[in-house]
Amino acid sequence: MAEWFQDNGLLLGLALLDGLSSAGLIFLVAVGLNLVFGVLRIVNVAHGSLYAIGAYSAASIGIFLASRGLPGWASIPALVLSAALVGAVLGPLIERFLLRRIYAQEEVVQLLVTFALFMILEDVQKLVWGVQPIHHDQAMKLLGTIDIPFGADFIPFTNYQLFVLPGFAVVTLVGLAWFLRRTLTGRVIVAVTTDREAATAMGIDAQRIFLLTFTFGAMLAALGGALSSPTAALVPGVGAQTIVLSFAVVATAGLGQIEGAALTSLMMGLGRSIAVYFEPELEVVVPYIIMVLVLLVRPQGLFGVIETRRV
Amino acid sequence: MSGALLRATGLRLAFGGVKAADGIDLDVMAGEFLAIIGPNGAGKTTFINMTTGYLKPNAGSIAYDGRTITGMSPRAIVKLGIARSFQLPQLFLEHTVEQNIALAVASRHGIWSPLVPLLRPSYRDEARDLLDRFGLSAIADARADALNEGARKLADIAMAVALKPRLLLMDEPTSGVAASEKMTIVETLVNVLRDAKVTAVFVEHDMDVVERFADRVAVWSQGRIAALGPPAEVLSDPAVQREVIGIERHATPPGVRHA
Amino acid sequence: MKRYEPILGVLLAAGLVAAAIAAPWLRFVLTIALAKGIAVMGILLLLRAGQVSFGHALYIGFGAYTVAFLAPRVNDGAVLLLAAAAGAGVLGLMVGLFVTRYRQIFFGMLNLAMCMVFYSLLEKLYHITKGSDGIRVEIMPIAGQALDRVTYEWTVFGIALGLAFVLAFLLRLYLASPMGEALAGIKTRETRLEFMGVPARGVLLAAYVISAVVGGIGGALIAMTSRHVTPLLSYWTASGELVFIAILGGAGGVLGPFLGAAAYELVRVYAAASFADAWQMILGAVLLLVILFAPGGLWGMAARAIGGRGR
Repeated sequence: MAEWFQDNGLLLGLALLDGLSSAGLIFLVAVGLNLVFGVLRIVNVAHGSLYAIGAYSAASIGIFLASRGLPGWASIPALVLSAALVGAVLGPLIERFLLRRIYAQEEVVQLLVTFALFMILEDVQKLVWGVQPIHHDQAMKLLGTIDIPFGADFIPFTNYQLFVLPGFAVVTLVGLAWFLRRTLTGRVIVAVTTDREAATAMGIDAQRIFLLTFTFGAMLAALGGALSSPTAALVPGVGAQTIVLSFAVVATAGLGQIEGAALTSLMMGLGRSIAVYFEPELEVVVPYIIMVLVLLVRPQGLFGVIETRRV
Repeated sequence: MSGALLRATGLRLAFGGVKAADGIDLDVMAGEFLAIIGPNGAGKTTFINMTTGYLKPNAGSIAYDGRTITGMSPRAIVKLGIARSFQLPQLFLEHTVEQNIALAVASRHGIWSPLVPLLRPSYRDEARDLLDRFGLSAIADARADALNEGARKLADIAMAVALKPRLLLMDEPTSGVAASEKMTIVETLVNVLRDAKVTAVFVEHDMDVVERFADRVAVWSQGRIAALGPPAEVLSDPAVQREVIGIERHATPPGVRHA
Repeated sequence: MKRYEPILGVLLAAGLVAAAIAAPWLRFVLTIALAKGIAVMGILLLLRAGQVSFGHALYIGFGAYTVAFLAPRVNDGAVLLLAAAAGAGVLGLMVGLFVTRYRQIFFGMLNLAMCMVFYSLLEKLYHITKGSDGIRVEIMPIAGQALDRVTYEWTVFGIALGLAFVLAFLLRLYLASPMGEALAGIKTRETRLEFMGVPARGVLLAAYVISAVVGGIGGALIAMTSRHVTPLLSYWTASGELVFIAILGGAGGVLGPFLGAAAYELVRVYAAASFADAWQMILGAVLLLVILFAPGGLWGMAARAIGGRGR
């Protein structure tokens, strides 16, 4: 064991750091999906497209601003603003003109409407941004790297991935928990998530809550994408990859659960990056293995609540 | 009429702090019609749920025909000959009434025949015969989600009867049935059950129905049996009148469903 | 409407044959459409129970790779089809024993997870599967007869058509049987089934295994037709495509999947030829239009045209 650490310790350290930063990204996207599912009861297949569009938009806006001489320090706020913009434009459009028509429909219809939207948005991305990789990493370069002491060695790691990504995730988690528990709107959202019929019977304006929640979820997806954009080149298909991973997080976490989403994202982020360094064939499989194992033990998900039917 | 068909001993079940069953001891005699009355929340439905395997008691045991059935699955209990109907009718909403009954008939025979139609002549005839006896022939081809409350209730009971049980537990069979039809319907039901020699336990809020059709009455109160005996005796007990019937009459304006 | 089904089936088949004779390139497209229609009948069964699988491309991929792997050793199309069907059935039983414990979104997501695990294995285990390059399938003898290319293609088309007929006939009987009607009962009142002594999970499992078998057959036919298999056959979007076709065709009768598959493949081919970068968008838009404005799908439209009811 000790010998194994001698040989692989550095690699393991790097895997853990990588895992932490990717867990942050996974959480941002998945928690948005989970929130939307909890309130609207629709699994939004196009959530990954919002992530991808968030990423592409942030890169484009960043490149444009840099060409106009934007100072480096502004590159991170620019990422956040791009995401907010994407969410604020696409969120209400999608909710108002598409989802609102299908709330009363069967689950399969709802799934397919968002699947159709996903197909459309995939091609929109190709038409707008082309199929060549796009990369803009000003924000990441700006913050430089840090040498993390690890035993006798140092691991060089970017400050952006070490602090910014997990930082945003933690701020989102804490902020969201505060919002849902302490504000009136937040409590209404929780009420609709736990018992929709009772909540609407009490006179809650469901339409407003749906619009609000969906837009917020869209912003979170776009934020995940925007924050990921400095770390890797953007190529078509990134949305499709993101959404399946988010599905796995949501099902594992328990529907509508934000703390569950945080824990699951951490497990999957770490699991995946450990696989990348030690058993790369398994990278994509790990999240699903985690999901299957969790659901075997807890069929309602980690933090899910069992609904009992009255007879 | 010989000995207990169903014997519950010391049943206890609590939901959080609420004691839905707080030491239930009850013998149901073969062939009798036993009515259960009592205020809402007294644990009447819980008793049915425990007997049919939907809920597991925290303590105590249930024996049917001399055999312990506590903790068995609903499926296994049905196979032994205990069927139930529901307070909120549980129909297959996208099927016709006839198909609903035929499915119950089919499930008695085992449903694993993938290539012969459900509505094969033998099942169809049996279903039609039952619908006829329940006075539901006119709506045999209506979809279950298009029925009114009374018809749903009857179809729900007919499905349970189609299972040919020895013991039938009915949860408020007459709630939702129009007052003008109630006696006719109960009479029909009783005749069907007497013909088939079915022992019946039914939760009932209408004291006229209880008085006329029950052999014995059990009064439920806060998870316990407060009184048990022939209707004439029990219903004239001042304590029962005050505690249960008074509440019943007071708390049950016509047309309101019991929770 | 049910009465007209056999006649409409014969008409549809005659139309397919006429089209395949008229335009040889259509023969390829329509064989693929028949193969997918066969697989989509499985989706239809699960939809009967109110369950949406977002992972049935697993069985398509499994059937296709069974053909690709075994072709060099077995080298007979008929035997390979049987092997693919049997193998998919066994796989469906194993996966089904697990996933039929779950309902709704958990059912959908677990199927998706299984599908993605299979996809990842195909993609990553390069030394066995040749990764994303895929495996070529040579023209093979069928039932002991060596065939030239054109005869081979016609034979596969004929087999697909014949299987479509036989399987549709059998499934039609199944859906009207106690097992099939109990399956539909899962959608509306699963607890009642248990109170009638019917094991709901067993009923669903039987349907799941059948759906896996027809998925495997569809996949094998696709491999024999396109003669090239890649992991993309099992990507989650391919699973979405199957549900897409099911809804496009309409969930009423067993003809729906074939109407849907033919329409889907034709739109796809034409869209891809006319708008290379936007075919997905066009398909997505078609799907949206059908869902929003023709809720019964193509089958429902046909039913209205004939003047009967969709079911």
